[in-house]
Amino acid sequence: MTIRQATDAAVAAPTVSGRKRSVWEWIFQARELSLIVVIVALIVVTTVTQPQYLFSDGGVRDLLRTPALYIALAVGEAIVIISRNIDLSVGSVLGLTAYFCGNMFHTMPAVPIPVVVLLSLIFGAILGSVNGLLVAFLRVPALVITLGTLYSYRGISVLWIGGNFIRPDWVPKEFKEFSLTTFLGVPKLLIVALIVVLIAAWFMSSRRTGRDLYAIGSNPEAAVLYGMRTKWLALIPFVISGTLAGLAGVIYVSIYATGDSKVGTGFELQAIAAAVVGGVAVIGGSGRIGGVALGAFFLATLTTALPVLSIPSLWQQAVVGVLIVGAITLDRVFFLIRQRRARKELSA
Amino acid sequence: MSHLLELHDVTKTFGAVAALAGAEIVLDSGTIHALVGENGAGKSTLVKIIGGLHGRDGGDFLLDGESVDFRSTADAKHHGIAVIYQEPTLFPDFTVAENIFAGRQPYTRFGTIDRAEMRRATRELTERLGIVIDPDRDARGLSIADQQVIEIAKAISLNAKVLIMDEPTAALSGVEVERLMGIARQLRDEGKGIIFISHRFDEVFALCSTITVMRDGQHIATSLIADVTVDVIIRQMVGRSVENLFPKEEVAIGDVVLDVEHLTRAGVFEDVSFQVRAGEIVCLAGLVGAGRSEIARAVFGVDSYESGAVTLGGVAVPRHRPSAAMALGMGFVPEDRRKQGLAMTAGVQSNITLAIRNQVAKYGFLTSKLEQGPAEHWARRLQVKTRALDTHAGMLSGGNQQKVVLAKWLATNPKLLIIDEPTRGIDVGTKSEVHRLISELAGTGVAVLMISSELPEVLGMADRVLIVREGRLTANISRADATAERVMYAATHAAGEEVAK
Repeated sequence: MTIRQATDAAVAAPTVSGRKRSVWEWIFQARELSLIVVIVALIVVTTVTQPQYLFSDGGVRDLLRTPALYIALAVGEAIVIISRNIDLSVGSVLGLTAYFCGNMFHTMPAVPIPVVVLLSLIFGAILGSVNGLLVAFLRVPALVITLGTLYSYRGISVLWIGGNFIRPDWVPKEFKEFSLTTFLGVPKLLIVALIVVLIAAWFMSSRRTGRDLYAIGSNPEAAVLYGMRTKWLALIPFVISGTLAGLAGVIYVSIYATGDSKVGTGFELQAIAAAVVGGVAVIGGSGRIGGVALGAFFLATLTTALPVLSIPSLWQQAVVGVLIVGAITLDRVFFLIRQRRARKELSA
Repeated sequence: MSHLLELHDVTKTFGAVAALAGAEIVLDSGTIHALVGENGAGKSTLVKIIGGLHGRDGGDFLLDGESVDFRSTADAKHHGIAVIYQEPTLFPDFTVAENIFAGRQPYTRFGTIDRAEMRRATRELTERLGIVIDPDRDARGLSIADQQVIEIAKAISLNAKVLIMDEPTAALSGVEVERLMGIARQLRDEGKGIIFISHRFDEVFALCSTITVMRDGQHIATSLIADVTVDVIIRQMVGRSVENLFPKEEVAIGDVVLDVEHLTRAGVFEDVSFQVRAGEIVCLAGLVGAGRSEIARAVFGVDSYESGAVTLGGVAVPRHRPSAAMALGMGFVPEDRRKQGLAMTAGVQSNITLAIRNQVAKYGFLTSKLEQGPAEHWARRLQVKTRALDTHAGMLSGGNQQKVVLAKWLATNPKLLIIDEPTRGIDVGTKSEVHRLISELAGTGVAVLMISSELPEVLGMADRVLIVREGRLTANISRADATAERVMYAATHAAGEEVAK
């Protein structure tokens, strides 16, 4: 039998160093950068073709106001996806909270506006926590649970609202005006959305709980071995997502001051699309909130720009589809390249 | 003075299987304690109990002389116990630094994560371990050796006093092993207690001061390394009777059925050549991770290989095409029958006819009635115990599930059957029944290539034992020469025997 002699000299042998990324890789990896370029290009092209897109009354305002709703929705969805789950019910939650909010203005006019807004957010949070509790503690896949609540929340909407709808005269004038006013030229709604983005980005990148959400999305088994409280962690994103869908519902009422039992139908797909285009991996564990906000902004801009460019609405959906597929394919390609390089490094 | 860590008479059962029945280990500070035993001896279960992943059913568990009862891994960690698994579990999307501090990142006074501090602490830790690693690098793509170092750095930063290394060297190269052993010695000298699990005796003897042997979930012996030899340890590891097994019946060995020549897949197996004859049972033996299953999978075509050739009955088998291998008369009973061998939510009947659907179907249509005939025939022949033929395969016991998988392949009338771990998770009674079936099968002239981690099974069934070690065939032992000690020795020693063909 040979006994291998371990000497101290052999101990300090192999090293691993950070590998420099190529410029191209960096540009494509910085999803935020490419999104900003695409958004600016889209606005410029549209404005050159049809100047009234930007230079009509309220053109800039509309351009900057509409994305607020999508940003709120997409940020919540992104946090759920990062933790390796999905929330399909956000559109239905938006619809329910929008009517909750409008109805409260109507039936309880004495209640101050901020209280109504706060209660709507709490209502959204409760709807979201139902999802979260079912997913976290019954261990049913989120896809199934939130598909179920997508339908049941919508069903509650239809039962509750029936043929009724939010009437513009229900909504207080100040609240409608809030969506029209600006602060330093920026619509206040967008400022609200930006505050949400900043808080969410800070929470996700700089707080332990936020990082833990990335961790369970990156490797759930490892999260258990690290001693993280994975069940409670799985609940948090759904509560956030519900709250932000509630905020989106409130924003909806502020912008449109109307809406029936179908408000928000299909919005969950837009939210997922925004998250994916914004750089969130659908298998969880990666993606930045800033990118998601830009993704939402981009999709919202696209939906307003394409009709102005007189591109038929049939094509609009196709364009969005191509973008999603393109974004995912690009991610995958870079992942494979990285993996291959890592393997080469290993065998070298 | 009390010991650092003490476990006595620990028991643990999973369902009906007793994983631990009286395990024991006593660890002192400043020592490295080896824990050895065959595959399935219960080492990993014991480790998981110490690490807080499993609770124990009975027995004493003392830490620094005080009785403890961990309810979670966090609990064990809190008490200063760190486990480094064979396959480290890191977060691939996190940087090296964040992997070390995940869940307990340092905060700045503004309540945000202090990345600079995390980086600094990581550098300090890795420097202390004598290695260079970029704290900002993603963990994705790191070698297993580097991942282990990160796990060790994490354990140190947690101020762990007990370190458990579960087969840490299994996937490492020579230099990496040296580095790891150097780190282990350094930690020992700092007063930590280390439990070192390994199948490589040279490492165990070079590194450890005490050795505990486990077998069948029980404590067998604890000795000072200086007092024992490899032979003594091997005898303690394998020393058990082979009586309750069904020995293979004598069968006339026929012509070569399977001929594998110079099969190579870089980093997995290399230059593997062997033959299996009609009526012969050839067993690939070796340690878990040696490459046995990988070779079998490549022969059947589930995985590809880079060079070499496989011929079956004189016909070349195309690489990486299981359907072609099946058409030529190969069958493959995989290791994990629940995931790879059965359609769990389909009935027994459809599972049995799964590989012969084309023959059974009439005008391209497959009906339950057509399936019934062959299914009944094979279920009866293999004595599958099921209430009805449409019972879901998932409802059967492990042994009956295995019979269904065997029936599926027997229905194809194969020339060669590859069976990976034929009796894993099967109770003792059914085990011998499966052995009898395999033996009968060989009796009808089918060539059998078997993979098994259970020594008695290997010794009882195989006409020839091929030892796989680190992706190479290192020994060819005939039935007459095969003893437990010899097989174990060849599986664990690089320079055990010359390659015999």
